[in-house]
Amino acid sequence: MKARRDTRFYLIIAAVLILSYLVTTAMTNQYYFFAGFAILQFIVMALAWNILGGYVGYVNFGSAAFFGMGAYAAIVALQLFNASLFTQIVIGGLFSALLGFLTGYLTLRLRGVYFAIATLALLVVSETLIANFDYVGGAAGTYILPTRKPTILGVLIVGKQDAVFGNYKELLFFIMSFITLAAIATCSFIEKSKFGRGLAALRDNEEAAECMGVPTLKLKLIATTLSGLFMGVTGGIFPYYLTFVDPTSAFNLDISINALAMPIIGGTATWLGPVLGAIVLGTMQQVATVTISSELNVLIVGIFLVAIVLFAPNGFLGLIDKFLKRGN
Amino acid sequence: MLEIKNLSKNFGGFVALSDINLKVEPGERLGLIGPNGSGKTTLINCISGTIQNYTGEVQFNGETLNDLKAYQRARMGIARSFQIPKPFKSMTIKQNLLVPLEYAVQDNNLGPHGLDGEADRILDLLGLADKANDISSNLTQIEMRKLELARAMAVKPKLLISDEAMAGLSSNEVDDILKILVELNETTKITIIMIEHIMRAVMSFSERVICLDAGEIIANATPQEVIKEPAVERAYLGE
Repeated sequence: MKARRDTRFYLIIAAVLILSYLVTTAMTNQYYFFAGFAILQFIVMALAWNILGGYVGYVNFGSAAFFGMGAYAAIVALQLFNASLFTQIVIGGLFSALLGFLTGYLTLRLRGVYFAIATLALLVVSETLIANFDYVGGAAGTYILPTRKPTILGVLIVGKQDAVFGNYKELLFFIMSFITLAAIATCSFIEKSKFGRGLAALRDNEEAAECMGVPTLKLKLIATTLSGLFMGVTGGIFPYYLTFVDPTSAFNLDISINALAMPIIGGTATWLGPVLGAIVLGTMQQVATVTISSELNVLIVGIFLVAIVLFAPNGFLGLIDKFLKRGN
Repeated sequence: MLEIKNLSKNFGGFVALSDINLKVEPGERLGLIGPNGSGKTTLINCISGTIQNYTGEVQFNGETLNDLKAYQRARMGIARSFQIPKPFKSMTIKQNLLVPLEYAVQDNNLGPHGLDGEADRILDLLGLADKANDISSNLTQIEMRKLELARAMAVKPKLLISDEAMAGLSSNEVDDILKILVELNETTKITIIMIEHIMRAVMSFSERVICLDAGEIIANATPQEVIKEPAVERAYLGE
């Protein structure tokens, strides 16, 4: 029964991935890929934040540090050995995973607000470091020009004719869909696994968890590493998306706030919460940017956050739960 | 089985435990009494590993535990309940038991019923079976105490330390829990240390009783002898 449900879940994931490719061949308005990419990016950041914030209960204010470092690790790889897009994403992910591991090792003895402040400090330090690192453009930032006619095993990936994707926006959208689905699959796996139960135990009571045989430090380190990995991967693809990166945009506090607000608004209990939160907030932000002004984004997040904290402490998921129970 | 040598623990200037020496034999039922603040829970914390920076040595089955973290000690077979219940409150009662069953118990030690079956068996033993799927934060204080004990039993320990598991329970419930613990001790030969303020319970349960006062062992004898000890009387009632 359980195995069959798992298979069905992964089949749906595969189907959505195929669908996202079909969309790139069918749709011509490029703006949708640009906006869709941004929302997918929010989803992954929210899911990654939730691995540590939701499952383990450690509030990370420095998500932008892991995102930005992922982006800059990708740029260094590009500068050093002209790395391909794929390599850049992998390197961005690995670098931020390592950063997650180290941050975890140094800060996980801190609890509550002290941990939050430490992660915020990490963000400030990271931004300052990169702003003074001339090799990647320093404070002025740097441009990334997409490779002309990239191929894999002789197959043209991006090109106007006879290529898998018509242009870079479509390719990036497809890759981001893949990353998003991988993040969802990972989170869903964690929730059902022994590892996830260990995380929940240590979130509920660290001392009791330890006395029940849960190796709390090890589990927390795996969680920070995984969380860093997904944030870094999202950062690794970012330079190609905007073709220009500077420390202010890559380490923007808005990234941290969104990564934290979206899971809280959606609900932190399961992967569905961050996904819902990111879709609703992300879409509203995109619409607001186009129709009113980009400055409105933060206001939307703020209003939602206040409303959710006041009226639905368990987020959208909690609301849905309540609604279903009333229905019964 | 458990041997404590010259164990001391200070909190700043306050001496919580001072030069404790204690041996517990395999299969023994040991009672630990003493007035509030005498160091009972601190002693348990040093044995279970939630306090690490003590001086002296704690040995278990001939091996020193000093460098081992609490989770490693749990895996060696030391389980405890908490005086103030610390349930995994987002989980159901049964899931609370699955944590130690998954993390502390070796697969080959799970018994014939497997993970789920073993959790059900322990819940049944403590009369929590009909609440198995309730979220543990909704329990009453008394049920939480039972859950504490159930969760410690799910570690499948060689040494079980029960820290005031019976406080607040009715006389019948105390008898029920006592029966479970005695049965557990007699059938599986596990060692049990019981901290308890309910004298009737600890005196009828224990084969030997230790009384702590101000961080020192002031009595160590059979229940009948300890209760007559003038030092114990002084510790509880004053001069």
